Amino acid sequence: MYIIFAAISLAVLGLALGFLLGAASRYFKVEENPLIDEIEKMMPGSQCGQCAYPGCRPAAEALVAGEAPPTLCPPGGKALAERLANKLSIELDLSTMGDQVPMVARIDESLCIGCARCIKLCPTDALVGAPKMIHAVVADACIACAKCVEVCPTECLKMHPVKVNLRLWRWPKPEETALAGA
Amino acid sequence: MFDIHALWAGKPFDLHALWNGSQPKIRGGVHPEPRKEATADRPIDTAFPLPPMLYLALQQHVGKPAEPVVNVGDRVLKGQLLAVSQGMVSAPIHAPTSGTITDIMDYPSAHPSALPTPTLLLEPDGEERWIDLPEKADPFSLSPEEISIRVGAAGIVGLGGAAFPSAVKLNLGRRTKIQTLLINGGECEPYLTCDDRLMRERARAIVDGILIMLHGLGCRQAIVGIEDNKLEAYTNMHAAAAELSDGKVEVVAVPSFYPMGWDKQLIGYLTAKEVPADGRATDVGVLMHNVGTAYAVQQAIRHGKPLISRIVTVSGGAVGAPRNIDAPLGTPLASLLAHCDYRPEETVRYIMGGPMMGEALPHPNVPLVKGACGILALTQEEISATDAKSCIRCSRCVTACPVGLLPLEMMARIRAGQLESSLKFGLKDCISCGSCSYVCPSEIPLVHYFKYANGELLTRDQANHKAEQTKRLADEKLARLERQKQEAAAAAAQRKAAAKKPKITEAAA
Repeated sequence: MYIIFAAISLAVLGLALGFLLGAASRYFKVEENPLIDEIEKMMPGSQCGQCAYPGCRPAAEALVAGEAPPTLCPPGGKALAERLANKLSIELDLSTMGDQVPMVARIDESLCIGCARCIKLCPTDALVGAPKMIHAVVADACIACAKCVEVCPTECLKMHPVKVNLRLWRWPKPEETALAGA
Repeated sequence: MFDIHALWAGKPFDLHALWNGSQPKIRGGVHPEPRKEATADRPIDTAFPLPPMLYLALQQHVGKPAEPVVNVGDRVLKGQLLAVSQGMVSAPIHAPTSGTITDIMDYPSAHPSALPTPTLLLEPDGEERWIDLPEKADPFSLSPEEISIRVGAAGIVGLGGAAFPSAVKLNLGRRTKIQTLLINGGECEPYLTCDDRLMRERARAIVDGILIMLHGLGCRQAIVGIEDNKLEAYTNMHAAAAELSDGKVEVVAVPSFYPMGWDKQLIGYLTAKEVPADGRATDVGVLMHNVGTAYAVQQAIRHGKPLISRIVTVSGGAVGAPRNIDAPLGTPLASLLAHCDYRPEETVRYIMGGPMMGEALPHPNVPLVKGACGILALTQEEISATDAKSCIRCSRCVTACPVGLLPLEMMARIRAGQLESSLKFGLKDCISCGSCSYVCPSEIPLVHYFKYANGELLTRDQANHKAEQTKRLADEKLARLERQKQEAAAAAAQRKAAAKKPKITEAAA
């Protein structure tokens, strides 16, 4: 008998609270700029924190508020910067991004103790391995966020510039001479 | 369209043809000094001594690099398969001579950056022992599919410079049922005479190769386009075609100007069809191969010999005895130049290919690859070395562009960093022929700007692709964590239930 009273009263309570929550979410809704959602969708979404914001959404908010330049996202690179600037219709100054060399994490296998701390932190699952086994980096998936470098107890994880090979080599921009003004 | 090149060659202006529209269509083009006389009248040098080491890059073609099937220390015979092709678009590599594989390492590549690339090192033993060549069969009794399979297995790629695997092209041509096979004997680049010499000396083999390709394509007609400044080549090819081909192969003289050898230009001139901007030659029922490729096909199908050597023009002001050499692939360019008495101290620029479209090399210690039709050592007098000046909007580059683009407008946009906007002006259609840079009175390196922009756009495309991939990986990681959480919760619940059970049984007992 008591169990039925308990069940009914809890069910009624639950329904009433649920209704209250539902009503609150509808009537006390905070209006947010829909642009933030759109910008967030354009971001890599790995919450790596290289932009100095806690994640992609705070970064999107800062962008929409005009507090951050469109070049803030290192994993997105120039391509994302260009799309962000287009979306927000703001001036784009790529000069700050020009000299960034693409980096990739690499493990010094003689030092890795297989602690698996880096594996848990990697936002893109670019680190593979198991406890007490030597880990490895999947270079294609690495976004060079360097989170693993901070956590590695033996400093075996380091960021290295990506080695240029024939596939990655590109023609440089022709040098501007003093005469080629106009 | 008014054919300015006919006037240049001193021919009478054909007003009637202009009126009724039968004048072949030619757009743009320039007339650089041919500078071919240094090598055109010397026979192909077939007595090039084997160098002490051959460097065989695993990627000498468009597509995926080949995968080695030999180990360090293996003794190999001439013509033996060393590396197999990977995937749909690729080409195998064969041993140019007999000897020992001494290493598989990164070696400077024949590329403007000369960056190291995986390379097989073959030390010749000087015996030149061939593998057992297959028994000779009549090529015309083979099925068309078998022809392209054998062409692919022989490692043949476009020898005009593009280095695109020929078997892929043959397959495409057969599937799309092309009507005409065009053979490119244009050789419009200055200095280069390797196709010219090949047509003069081995015309019958070339025509035989063309007939084999026709059989492989299931096609009935071939047209060979030869520039009208190569009289002897034209005469020899004409005679060979008349004797061997039973009217299937037609040899046509085309006006001499640059870039007559560009496939869309030659197709437009010979068939009066225009290939769409984003299309291929097969879209208008045409397939094009180079004369050198036709010769290589003949060697592969008639004699079973894979592509292990090519004819290459060694020329330029700093070369004492310029000539064409039949050289094994993998020969260091420096030994080819040394064989022709070149003067390194006078050389200010090394070029692989022709001076218009070829690539400048930082040094000649890189190996000969399948697509290299020329090696030039140029002196200070032969190259322009003045600084770029302002664009005066004279629009000579517009007149010269064979594609019909506006090079000056594209250049201005790229300089200002507006790469997207240069795409709207047809950047992707630029063939990097160099006509615009050649005519520019301000000496602006227009093609360099276009190559830079294309590379930069490619990098951005790749970055976009990587961003999408990152997003996917991050989402998958979140989904996995969520799943693990649920699984852990489910497992905990199960354990709880399992822990409870014994009690109940006890109570029941």
